[in-house]
Amino acid sequence: MASVPDEKPIGASAIEQRRAADHSSFLTHRKFLWLWVALISCIVTSAIYFSIDVQPRPNGGTWYGYTLGTIGAGLIVWLALLGIRKRNMSEGHWSLKAWTSAHVYLGLSLIVIATLHTGFQLGWNVHTLAYVLMMLVILSGIYGIIAYVRLPQALSDNRKEMTTEMMVEALDSIDGQLRRAAQPLDRHEADTVIAALEQDTFGAGMWRRLTNSYGNCATAAALDAFSGNYDADSAHERVRALLARRKAQLDQIRRHMKIKAMLEVWLFIHIPVTIALLAALTAHIISVFYYW
Amino acid sequence: MAIVGSGPAGLSAAARAAALGMAHILIEKTDHLSDTIYKYQKGKYVMATPSVLNLRSDFDFEEGIREDILGTWDRQVEEQKVNVRLNAEVTEITGETGNFTIKLKDGSTIEAEAVVLSIGTQGNPNLLRVPGGDKPLVQYQLDDPEEYYDEHITVIGSGDAGIENALGLAKDPKQNNVVSILNRGESFARAKKGNVDALMEAEQEGRVLVRRETSPAEVKDGQLVLETRDGQETIPCNRIIARMGSKPPRDFVEACGIEFTSEDRDAFPKLSPSFETTKSGIHVIGALAGYPLIKHCMNQGHDVIEFLNGNADLKPADEEILEERFAGLPGSKSVDYWLETFNKQVVILQELSPLQMRELMLESRVHSYDKGEVIFERNAEGSSMFAIAEGSVAVEINPADSSITVPIEQGSIFGEVGLISGRKRGSTVRAAEPTICVEFSRNAALKLIATNPSVGRAVNRISIERQLLQMFGSGLTPADIKDLVDKAEVIEARAGQVLVQEGGEDKDVFVVRRGSMIVEKDLGGKPVFLSYLPAGSYFGEMAVIDGSKRTATVKAAVKSQVVKLPGEEFLKVLDAKPKLRERALADMAGRRATNEFVESRKDSFGSAVDMYSQTAQFLVDNGIGEATDVLLIDEKLCVGCDNCEKACADSHDGLSRLNREAGTTYAHLHVPTSCRHCEHPHCMADCPPNAIKRGPDGEVFIDETCIGCGNCQRNCPYGVIRMDAKPPPKPSLLSWLFFGKGPGPGEPSYGWRKKKMEEQEAETGKKPGKFAIKCDMCSGIEGGPSCVRACPTGAAIRVSPERFLSITRFAEETD
Repeated sequence: MASVPDEKPIGASAIEQRRAADHSSFLTHRKFLWLWVALISCIVTSAIYFSIDVQPRPNGGTWYGYTLGTIGAGLIVWLALLGIRKRNMSEGHWSLKAWTSAHVYLGLSLIVIATLHTGFQLGWNVHTLAYVLMMLVILSGIYGIIAYVRLPQALSDNRKEMTTEMMVEALDSIDGQLRRAAQPLDRHEADTVIAALEQDTFGAGMWRRLTNSYGNCATAAALDAFSGNYDADSAHERVRALLARRKAQLDQIRRHMKIKAMLEVWLFIHIPVTIALLAALTAHIISVFYYW
Repeated sequence: MAIVGSGPAGLSAAARAAALGMAHILIEKTDHLSDTIYKYQKGKYVMATPSVLNLRSDFDFEEGIREDILGTWDRQVEEQKVNVRLNAEVTEITGETGNFTIKLKDGSTIEAEAVVLSIGTQGNPNLLRVPGGDKPLVQYQLDDPEEYYDEHITVIGSGDAGIENALGLAKDPKQNNVVSILNRGESFARAKKGNVDALMEAEQEGRVLVRRETSPAEVKDGQLVLETRDGQETIPCNRIIARMGSKPPRDFVEACGIEFTSEDRDAFPKLSPSFETTKSGIHVIGALAGYPLIKHCMNQGHDVIEFLNGNADLKPADEEILEERFAGLPGSKSVDYWLETFNKQVVILQELSPLQMRELMLESRVHSYDKGEVIFERNAEGSSMFAIAEGSVAVEINPADSSITVPIEQGSIFGEVGLISGRKRGSTVRAAEPTICVEFSRNAALKLIATNPSVGRAVNRISIERQLLQMFGSGLTPADIKDLVDKAEVIEARAGQVLVQEGGEDKDVFVVRRGSMIVEKDLGGKPVFLSYLPAGSYFGEMAVIDGSKRTATVKAAVKSQVVKLPGEEFLKVLDAKPKLRERALADMAGRRATNEFVESRKDSFGSAVDMYSQTAQFLVDNGIGEATDVLLIDEKLCVGCDNCEKACADSHDGLSRLNREAGTTYAHLHVPTSCRHCEHPHCMADCPPNAIKRGPDGEVFIDETCIGCGNCQRNCPYGVIRMDAKPPPKPSLLSWLFFGKGPGPGEPSYGWRKKKMEEQEAETGKKPGKFAIKCDMCSGIEGGPSCVRACPTGAAIRVSPERFLSITRFAEETD
């Protein structure tokens, strides 16, 4: 019973097509294109591995081993370049989502490709060090995928349309009210409130942040100290209510920090180990050619 | 010589008569001179516009406060021996040239050879016509703004009087008034620039609340119900000052035997160039003649007496300016010749008096073009409107083939789209023969439309006609749809207003002219959101073509304007044009398929469709209804890395134009604070240098002519415009990555920017200005919007609402 205008400005239909195809996650990007690429390369490399009979035995030094090693090393370098791609806002028809999608699936395919490259020969040497570091990077990456899939919703639910800045401002405003409300209290009671106000909200370490366990929370302690049954209009009740609000606001901030930390913590392994991997990989390649 | 009314026009006329030694009498109804200015609020600063115009009067006038101006005139009346009669209200004027009898209220009469009416229009203010409009809290006059304190005061009216009253009431913060001013439209086109600037400043400082696109709906005791863009709202209100203009005391004037130009409420008396009315011997000058400005009035007072004294060669004060303006036109004709030509030959100007023509021409430009000369090019910037005074033009409707053109004939207008949406020129227009055009600046054209309803209607009619022709395809000619356009009715729909009710039997076709519509279907008692119709769509044709009942409900998503076309006229056009019928049937088949699809799936939809309808409603509530392109974030995917903001900053001078976290969220669909590229951008309404434009892909952008006034930032209801200075360039990405130089990707921290800017300032001695910045959809950047390209998880998407908000697409996604 209606029509939309035909005449769209030039270029709009192209933009629209691109967008219509774009509401999909990095995992489902282009109908799992990179998953298929990764799976097929794993199957093909495995099939070749088990069907050919290289002499004296399968390892990195055979023609097939060199082939897999070259593919693997090339992949590792390309995968590491995501860090540059992400930060370099150059022009052009690239999409970081497509890169992430390929990064995830091709990175996982390294488990198969690199393992086949080793010919299952592991030992206490620089070659195996590179392999172990790579597996560490991949393992942390797998955690990253899980975190990226499972946590955003929780982050959004906890935020309740507030920005980080708004949460901190809300806390500040509660603190100001608490300071005024605590004026009529006696010295000892006021001290518990002051202790709550003075405690550094953000100074907690990584572990606390990740586990969201703040055993020494002065606000919680103060709330305990004001747990009596007060008159609705009394100064104590006002302070208690404000402490409860402060606690709730702190909880939201802490949950926010926890989820953010969980979304980021793996990068503290993923990236330094990648750098170590690149170094070990260089050592591995040089030593292989040196001792050829 | 009897001069009725002692305003600036009457005073000036009487002064000239006194100077020429003519027998005269100045008749004033009240006990003081110049009642209109006398009634201005105390200390009001009176402007002397238009500044280009010379003052030609025996009395002095320059801008200054009310008291000084009245004082000067009172003194000059004494000095120049002007014969004044106060407390004399004229009730009747009879007689002929040379022998008029003027009857006064007290029964006495005055004999005169000629009469000059300069009674102004103050007598009859336009009344507030809403329920409760007669309550005592409504007043039409504000004598002393200092009289009121601790009140919620609402000023209604977007003209100078309203603005000045609002500013006066809010001037002293000690009075503690909460002052709001309502404007039915978006911009203050009727008011003087100085007043508008002052109001904007007051708004910025929070002294006056300016409510745009808002009109009163009902007056209650202590409250005022408002009709806003987003629906009704009730505000506290102790006093209403209604300054909605005034209309000529027409009955009295007509009783004198004077004809008006039209039946319009706002029409003016018919006048000759020497101000003589259709009743010979009676002259009309000043506001009653259509000239509310003091300078005009005084010049006319002077001139009318000169004419009456037999000075036929006297040229109006603006003659020189106009002579210069018309100098480039062929044939070295006189100013009067051109004025008459434009007046007669341009349809929209036909009802203007010669005096109004002169005023309009002061703000317009005239051009003469040779055959084939380009008037403007497709995609050129430009918001002015053109009228063809002589000749005709050809519009190139196909950008690929300039030989396909549509003619626009003499007398018509073109370029009017620029007035409405601020888009770039849609087509190249050339002169088809030697042609003379009048070009009205956007502001002059808006003012013309605002002050002359007949012009508004004429422009309206032409733009409806063109919209229909464009929508229904090039096979149609204006003649085919003439009846349709004649019977078209423009309807203003408030947000949420139902235009078509499901199951209804009415038979009209609607075209969305402005705003947007949402289509809903009732499924088991619940409204299901079917689709979204942007401006430029039509709806309602299904019931007309096959005679069925309405199959869905259509209501306005935001405050909208639709054109209602009678069904039978629409059918006639379809019958005459089989091609159009085919197209309409094809459109209909598509809609019907959606309806059937929804019907067939309604049992399996369950709660998912509720969710969809609610999500759609949420998006509409968040202004998607007027968006053309909007950034959404799927919070099921967003990991909060802020790479979108960083990419935005790195693509545009180091400042991000979006705030990812801020904004509203529903069902994990987040609308961040980022430009929606509204169909009718609020930011464009009040841009002094006209720096906000619309690009070829529909993006609304701010160009380098921005003066940093901040109007757009205040006008944007979505808070997406920021004012900031461009930070100095950062070291490259690699030197950050390897050597830790500079602040890294994204918007540099405030501290870094401040330090660098201070260094820069010390070097160049120049402080960088703050300008308005907003999303331009990464126009000119290959690959498109950076925010979307830089999202690692696919959470950031840009959508146009009509494609995003469709149920078929939703069903595809959930399948």
